[in-house]
Amino acid sequence: MTLPREEKLSPFTTFAAIAVPIDIANCDTDQIIPARFLRRPGTDPAYKDFLLHDLRFNEDGSEKDFVFNKEPFRQGRIFVTDVNWGCGSSRENAAHVLDQNGIRCVIAPSFGDIHYTNCVKNGILPIRLSSKDCETIRQQLRDNPGAEIAVDLETQSVSGPDQTRYFFEINPFDKHRLMKGLDEIGLTMEYAREISEFAETYRKRFYWAEHRA
Amino acid sequence: MMAKTVFEKIWDQHVIVERDDGNVLLYIDRHLTHDLHFRAFHALKEKGLRLKEPSKLFGVPDHSVPTTAKTVDQIPEGEMREAVEGLAAAADELGFTHYPMTDDRHGIVHVVGPEQGITLPGLTLVCGDSHTSTHGALGCISFGIGSTEVQHVMATQTLWQRKPKMMRINLTGELGFGVSGKDIILAIIAKIGAAGGTGYAIEFIGNVIDALSMEGRMTLCNMSIEAGARSGIVAPDDKTIEYCAGRPFAPTGKDWDLAIDYWVTLRSDDNAKYNKEVTLDGDEILPMVTWGNSPQWALPITECIPDPSDESDPLVRADMTAALDYMQLKPGMALSDIQVDTVFIGACTNSRIEDMRAAAKVAKGRRAAVRTLVVPGSGLVKKQAEAEGLDRIFLEAGMEWREPGCSMCVAMNGDMLAPGERSASTSNRNFRGRQGLGSRTHLVSPAMAAAAAVTGHFTDVRRLEQVT
Repeated sequence: MTLPREEKLSPFTTFAAIAVPIDIANCDTDQIIPARFLRRPGTDPAYKDFLLHDLRFNEDGSEKDFVFNKEPFRQGRIFVTDVNWGCGSSRENAAHVLDQNGIRCVIAPSFGDIHYTNCVKNGILPIRLSSKDCETIRQQLRDNPGAEIAVDLETQSVSGPDQTRYFFEINPFDKHRLMKGLDEIGLTMEYAREISEFAETYRKRFYWAEHRA
Repeated sequence: MMAKTVFEKIWDQHVIVERDDGNVLLYIDRHLTHDLHFRAFHALKEKGLRLKEPSKLFGVPDHSVPTTAKTVDQIPEGEMREAVEGLAAAADELGFTHYPMTDDRHGIVHVVGPEQGITLPGLTLVCGDSHTSTHGALGCISFGIGSTEVQHVMATQTLWQRKPKMMRINLTGELGFGVSGKDIILAIIAKIGAAGGTGYAIEFIGNVIDALSMEGRMTLCNMSIEAGARSGIVAPDDKTIEYCAGRPFAPTGKDWDLAIDYWVTLRSDDNAKYNKEVTLDGDEILPMVTWGNSPQWALPITECIPDPSDESDPLVRADMTAALDYMQLKPGMALSDIQVDTVFIGACTNSRIEDMRAAAKVAKGRRAAVRTLVVPGSGLVKKQAEAEGLDRIFLEAGMEWREPGCSMCVAMNGDMLAPGERSASTSNRNFRGRQGLGSRTHLVSPAMAAAAAVTGHFTDVRRLEQVT
């Protein structure tokens, strides 16, 4: 799925915001943004509302009883959810629609691999905490609507609603990219010489792979 | 020398740069694309970037093509046509291979790649679509990517990746009558869970895999992503080589011999290390049906809907309860008592010639009790099926024989279920609303889909078919 991303990513360091408990296991990217919206341009004024659309809205456009529709949760900028968030389709629109709603961080026990990467590339920090910790935080958020969570990427830590500190793992390269807001193609271009040397050797060795119909 | 898996052998041949933090810049041999990426080309241009190697990009419109249309003119004006035309215009301008709707070679990107020999053993292949895992059936590294990565490949012919963990799934024994690749993968996902393969590449081995057709292997690898694994792979064997021989993009003459010399080395070493190993007995796999909104909720057709109150984990219990509510099913109900409204036979999972044959075998001499769409995966599959008279069988059974495309798997081309409608579908996802707002999807094999079509409810295909 495509959507041009003109603006440079905003670097991620620390972030504190109201967090939203999303109590859904295996929330696939079809739920995050239904397929029928995938051809819409990112500039569509309605784009924001495509987030979790069919869980949030009835067919007539009226709101369903869903946590992200309710105050103070709709001011939330961090999602805390259950296993396998963003499994399924590779649609990067799922990261775009989170971004358009100002969601800068998703905390879950596990993520779909492709969605995890797409989040990082869009300046959204995916944090893996244990299933138990995620459920504890969600329970606290349900009990204290509007409670905030603070995330510090430098120290790789999360302060829960009750100030409990959780530490998370992230690959150093992903961390670096998120903290600097790097343009990845620009970074790769710095390896232009290595790429062309590799391609030349590769072509000689695997000449058969270049066959044209 | 360190023992390696087949995946690692291919991976190592494509590493351009390796960083200390485990990230590698990987060379990409093949980039496949489709109509939903029609904006990527413009985005690339806006950034002042060029398509690095046009000869390694291949495009085919599949998500947005109506299965009743033969030409672009027949697509209703609007965003569907815009996507299909956008891809064609980009191919024209940038000079990459493109198969328009009017071309027999047109079809679903994951059917077309292997069919044209674009997909070959030993390569790295990516596409902005999660079911790119399909191509691993030919013994290559293939995985789905997002749109930022799509643009990265276009501009550099490379990707930054981390080597996934290795999982090996050993399928021992033999498949019983009426059991296919689809049933194997549903049984695997039911066993390891929809996140069981997250972070892994899955290699499939064993007696069952050796005996499985290339089509069956593609079905298996196709749904690796539904177990969470971005890649599935089957080491190339004689069957793979035979499949590739003579395909348009396959090497010829001396190059073909060189390719085979290399391909035969692409076997996992005996003492290669895996981070996870799973074994399933092929003899115990039965025809499967899913009942929930994740492919992991799959059971043999002989079973009943499980009772969430038997589940000890409260989070899983809540998930099951929500799925039963959405699917309008009750615990204890026999799967074979579930009535369907529509049957869909197609999608990159199950739209190849073998799938068409399996469905036709069941449909032959019977009548469809419900609306049934049969959508071949490509123009060439369609032609082959027609040459074998399969289209007549479907039409005589009152089924619809359509033009190739993704169709009702993703419901972006006008083919969809009405809210509340229930399907038996050979596609890969039973997510909420996947086949249209409010749709209820049950995943099955082509033979099981045809059995549901002719009886109006899920039916053990082994009861309809005699062992021959």
